[in-house]
Amino acid sequence: MKTPEELRYATSHEWVRREDEAVTVGITDFAQDQLGDVVFVELPESGRHVAKGDQVAVVESVKTASDIYAPVTGIITDVNGALETTPELINDQPYAAGWLFRIELENDSELNDLLDADAYQKSASEES
Amino acid sequence: MVSAMKRTPLFETHEELGGRMVEFAGYAMPLHYQTGINQEHLAVRQGVGLFDVSHMGEIRVIGPDATSFLQYATLNDPERLRLGRGQYSMLPNDHGGLIDDLFVYRDGEQDYLVVANAANTGAVLRHLQDLVKGYDCHVIDESDSVALLALQGPGAPMLLGQLLDVDLTQIKRNATLDVTLSGIPARLSRTGYTGEDGFEVFLRPTDAVAVWNMFVQGGATPCGLGARDTLRLEAGFPLYGHELTETSNPLCTPFAWVVKDKEFYGRAAMWAPECRRVLVGVRLEGRGIPRQGYRVLDANGVAVGEVTSGALSPLTRDGIGFAWVDSDLSATGTALAVEIRGQPVAARVAKPPFFGA
Repeated sequence: MKTPEELRYATSHEWVRREDEAVTVGITDFAQDQLGDVVFVELPESGRHVAKGDQVAVVESVKTASDIYAPVTGIITDVNGALETTPELINDQPYAAGWLFRIELENDSELNDLLDADAYQKSASEES
Repeated sequence: MVSAMKRTPLFETHEELGGRMVEFAGYAMPLHYQTGINQEHLAVRQGVGLFDVSHMGEIRVIGPDATSFLQYATLNDPERLRLGRGQYSMLPNDHGGLIDDLFVYRDGEQDYLVVANAANTGAVLRHLQDLVKGYDCHVIDESDSVALLALQGPGAPMLLGQLLDVDLTQIKRNATLDVTLSGIPARLSRTGYTGEDGFEVFLRPTDAVAVWNMFVQGGATPCGLGARDTLRLEAGFPLYGHELTETSNPLCTPFAWVVKDKEFYGRAAMWAPECRRVLVGVRLEGRGIPRQGYRVLDANGVAVGEVTSGALSPLTRDGIGFAWVDSDLSATGTALAVEIRGQPVAARVAKPPFFGA
């Protein structure tokens, strides 16, 4: 299971990458492995304001539908439209081409509430 | 916990192959291998897939009254079976529903093997043992002495043909043949649960690993329960606990053909139902995956039914499934919607199978 050091994580298995005033969000390698083949992704609308913890997207594998939560508060500025036709990018490249959406950060300090790679790995291993 | 579950003879093999093991009907079974459900599904549609279905139950019914007993206990007609043939059948309860759906093989004039779903084997056994009183025949659980593999896909006859000196064209659909695979005795049955040509292979448990490996070396892709489910859905086959249940009347489903007009256990409760709702296939026209429990809506947004199971067809990428719908909306082609996370997604009543010509 890959857990890149430079990212931050939510216990609900989203990863967050800081890029200036915005963050990119996806689901972790652990999460995609647990889900199995991803076959359908429902993404939020660009421009929507979301609060930390809001359910904003759905990732469906063959067997189950999994809710994705906003790890931080802000405005959705971009979504990964490629997932509509190639949802398997989430399995193949969870930290790269399989990203889900970008959020313009409203409150930098929320990033401090997220887990680092070690803490996330520990949290995830307790689940499996 | 995996360790507390029952295991088939192939448990270690599944683990060695990287199977994602899950609990199913009390057994530790592979949901999929590292290949993933979609690739396993496509392997069966385009080549050959191999499933461990040893968790299924095998119950022998044998004795002078075996035929008349199964004629009463099951819904299809065992008298129509020639020796060495099998038929899809169902076990009715006394209130218009089913205890299980079954495959019934006629091994001798008065000798039958009943194959039941793993989760229901205990209930089927108890029911048959209760019902058999007064008949001169025996009901015997042979589940632990049988391992069962399913070799499925258009490439299955060629793969098997390379291991045998037998002309496989002589095995018709639902027919069986006893063979020897490199010295291992096996019974082949030309049937399956995928909508493809293929064979179910009955073995002694101690031979299961050797035959499994023989098939894998011959080019079969190991497939788990996930692909088994998407394949049967695409093919339009029911799954007990979803389309068929203790309370759903099979005469209100596309599988009513199984039920023969004869004296059978529970007939009074089952026969000539009103069918306020009817089980149909549904295909989504919008994006999404119908799943069990989702509501079906009419054009005005009124709830007119409920999904029993669904998937995204790995072949066509359409959302497909089965649903109970009000009988006046059950004609093939009827426009409906499936409510997915609060949103109606356009759908139509469709006649399975959901793939192919």
